[in-house]
Amino acid sequence: MHHTIDVKELHYRYPDGTPALRGVSLYIAPGQKVALVGPNGSGKSTLILHLNGILRGEGEVCVCGKPIRDENVPAIRAQVGLVFQDPDDQLFSHRVFEDVAFGPVHLGMEESEVRRRVGQALAAVGMEGFEDRVPHHLSMGEKRRVAIATVLAMDPEILVLDEPTAGLDPRGRRELISLLQHLPQTMLVATHDMRMVAELFPRTIVIDEGQIVADGPTAELFGNEQLLAAHGLEI
Amino acid sequence: MHFDLTDAYRPRKSAIHRLDPRVKLVVALLYILTTVAMPDGEWEAFGLLQIVALAFAWRSNLGPFYAFRRAFIALPFILAALPIPFLMPGPTVWTMPVVGWGVSAPGLVRFLSILLRTWLAVQAGILLSATTRLPEILWALSVLRVPATLVSIIGFMYRYIFILADEAVRMLRARSARSPKATGPSRPSLLWQGRMAGMMVGSLFLRSLERSERVYEAMLSRGYAGQVRMLQAFHMGRGDWLALLMAGVLLAVPVGLMLIR
Amino acid sequence: MHLSGTPLHIPDGFLSPVVSIIGWAIALAIIVIALRQTRLQLGERQVPLMGVLAAFIFAAQAINFPIAAGTSGHLLGGALAAIVMGPWAATLIMTAVIAMQGLLFQDGGLLAMGWNILNMGVFTAFAGYAGYASLRRLIGEGPRSRLAAAFAGAWLSVMVGAIATAFELALSGTSPLRAALPAMAGVHALIGLGEGIITTGAVGLLEVTRPEVIRAGEEAPGRLGAAFTLGGLSLALVVAVLSPLASASPDGLEFVAERQGFLRSALEPPFKLLPDYTLPLVRNEVLTTILAVLLGTLVVFALAWLMGRGAVRREHARES
Repeated sequence: MHHTIDVKELHYRYPDGTPALRGVSLYIAPGQKVALVGPNGSGKSTLILHLNGILRGEGEVCVCGKPIRDENVPAIRAQVGLVFQDPDDQLFSHRVFEDVAFGPVHLGMEESEVRRRVGQALAAVGMEGFEDRVPHHLSMGEKRRVAIATVLAMDPEILVLDEPTAGLDPRGRRELISLLQHLPQTMLVATHDMRMVAELFPRTIVIDEGQIVADGPTAELFGNEQLLAAHGLEI
Repeated sequence: MHFDLTDAYRPRKSAIHRLDPRVKLVVALLYILTTVAMPDGEWEAFGLLQIVALAFAWRSNLGPFYAFRRAFIALPFILAALPIPFLMPGPTVWTMPVVGWGVSAPGLVRFLSILLRTWLAVQAGILLSATTRLPEILWALSVLRVPATLVSIIGFMYRYIFILADEAVRMLRARSARSPKATGPSRPSLLWQGRMAGMMVGSLFLRSLERSERVYEAMLSRGYAGQVRMLQAFHMGRGDWLALLMAGVLLAVPVGLMLIR
Repeated sequence: MHLSGTPLHIPDGFLSPVVSIIGWAIALAIIVIALRQTRLQLGERQVPLMGVLAAFIFAAQAINFPIAAGTSGHLLGGALAAIVMGPWAATLIMTAVIAMQGLLFQDGGLLAMGWNILNMGVFTAFAGYAGYASLRRLIGEGPRSRLAAAFAGAWLSVMVGAIATAFELALSGTSPLRAALPAMAGVHALIGLGEGIITTGAVGLLEVTRPEVIRAGEEAPGRLGAAFTLGGLSLALVVAVLSPLASASPDGLEFVAERQGFLRSALEPPFKLLPDYTLPLVRNEVLTTILAVLLGTLVVFALAWLMGRGAVRREHARES
C-alpha cells in the first residue's frame, strides 16, 4: 500500500531556456484525491509529464516509493496512468479495442489476458460493447471515457488526469464526474473546473508560474478570496 | 464538424466481406496482374474478366455494377494514351474531319485495350477497398512481409487523416470568410494567394508536428518503447481456401483462352 | 472520391507487367533503406511522427489557391517533406500517402504503385532535397536564400517526377515519348511553380515560428544519397536520350514521324502557353524537349540564385 507521489524540489526548463517549474514539492498519500489548479501556462501539464518520466527535471520525483530512473520507467508507466487533455492524442488506433489493448499488449500479456483486461476496463468506464467502434466517430464524452479505459487496462495504482471535463456538454460532464467519483485509484487531476473540484476533491494544490502557492483543504482555499483572485481562479 | 472523406469501405453481410483479408488482397492482385498481362485485342478475355468482376460485386451485396460505374475516375489519365490511334502505323480506318488526322486499326485496338485493362483493374481495386476495411488490408500486407514499421505508419496516417482534414477544411472556410470575391485591381495577386496557401500549409504542419509529439507521449505512457506489436486477428478457414481456389480457376480461363489462340 | 491535385498517379493498365514489377522491386529496396535510415535519425518517435506527417501531407494536398478560370494550384508535398524531415523520412511519408491514395481511392493503381512511389515519393523527395541543399550551399546562409532554394527544390521535384513518369509510360508502350515528355514536362513546369510558391510559403512560416525544425531537416541523413540520386537520374536521362529507346521500343514506340505531318501539329496545342518551348535549331523532338527542360531548370536555378545572392548582399549591407 505505497502508491504515493513524492516530488522534491523539482526544477525544469524548456529547451529554449524558459523556466517551467521552479522548485515544486508535493506529497500525495495513497487513496487521496487531489485537484491541481492554476492559470494557463502555470506548469500543470509540465508537472504531470514528470510523473511518469516523460520529462526529467532536476530534483527528485519518487513514484510508489521509487525514484524515477531509466530502469524502472516501464514499471512506473504501468503504475501511474496518465490521461491527457486531448483524447484524440490517446486514441491513436483504428478501433477502441486496439487502443484499450495497447497497454496490456506492450506489457507482454497473453491474448486471453489482454481481452479480459479490455473488457474490464471498458466496463469500468461504462463503455461495454464499444470494442469495435471507430474513435473518430465517438462523441467527446465517449472519447474521454475510452481514453481513461486505455489507461485503466494497465491496472494502475495512481491516475493523473489533465483537464478531464474540458469540452464536455453538461451531460457528458456529469457522467465523467460520476465516473471519477467511483474509481478507486489515488488521483491527481489538473483542471479549471472549480465546481468539480468542490464536489470531488477534498484537497487542492494551486500552482502559478511554476511554483506551488497553496496546498491544503479545498474548503479553506475556496474561502480565501485574495488567494483566488491573485492566481486568476474563479469559483 | 466531421469532414468525411467517405471511406471506401461499405459494410455488408456478404460471403466476400467475411473472407480473410489476405485472400481478398491476393485475389485482387492476381486479377489485376491477369488483366494487365492480357495482350491487345483479347476481347473475349476482357469480357470474361468483366463478368468475373460483376459477379464479385454482386456476391458482395454491393450490386453488380457498383465498381463498374465508379471505375470512371481512372479515365482522365487515358488522355496520355490518346495519341496512340493517330500515331501507330497501320491501315487507316477513319479520318478525322477538318484536321485530316487518320486513325489506324492497330492503334485503335491498342487504345481500347489499354482503356479496358485500366477499367477492369480499377474495378478490382474498388471492390477490394469496398469489402475490406483498411486496417485489415494493412494487416494482410504486414503478414505478406511488408515491413511492419511502414504498415504502422500508414495505420497512424489513416487514423489522423480525418482529424487533419477537418483542420484543413476549417482553415479553408476561415479563409473564404475573410476573402470576399474581389475583382479588378483590388484583387490579391496570384503570388500573395499562393503564399497565403503556403502559410496555411505551414501552420497545419506545425499543428501536425505538435500533435505527433503528444501522440508519442501518450504511447510512451502506455509502455511503448519503439516496438511494433499487433495482435493476430484472422485465421484462414476452409471457406477462405476454397475462395482462393475458385479465384485461381476463374482467372485461369482467360489466360487459357489467350494461350489457345 | 478524392482526387489528388497533380496528374501523376499512374493507374493500372498503363504500365506493362514487367515494368511494374521492376518498379516495385526498386521501390521496396529503397523503402527498406529508408526505414533503416529513419530509425537511426528519429529513433522510437519515427512511427507516430511520420504517420501524423503523412496525414498532414494528405490533408495539405487539399489546400489550394486559385490560378485562373476554375483551376487551382495544389501541393504534392515531396519537396516540403524532404526539406523539413530529410529525404529518407520524406520517402516513407510520401509512400504512406501514395499507398493510401491507391488502396482507398484508386488514385493510382496497385501494380503501378511501385513506380508511383518512386515518382512522387523518392524522386520528388531526393530531387527536391538535392536542389534545396545545393542551392543553399551556392547562395549562402540567410532566410531569403533558404526560401529561394526551397522554391527551386520544389519546382525541380515536380519536374523530375513528371519526366520520370513520361519515360515509364513510354517504356510500356502506352504513350509515345514524343508526346508524353513534352506534355508532362510542359504542364508540370507550371504546376511546379505552384508547388514552389506553396512550399516557400510553408518554409517561410516555419523559419519564423519553429526554426529548429528547419535546422533539423538540414542535418537529416540523406545528403549524400540525394546527390547520388540526382546524379543518377541525370545520367539515366542522358542514356535514355542517346539510346534507341527514344525512337523505338519493344512494344510499339515505332511511330512514323512524317505521318501526314501530324506530329508537329499534335505537339502544338499544349504549348500555346509556352511559345518558345522548342529550340528552333535542333531537329529531334525529344532531344529538343529535354534540352528545353534542362535550360528551363538552369534558368529557374539561376533566378533563385540571383534572388538569394541579392538578398544576402542586402543583409550584409544592413549589418555593416
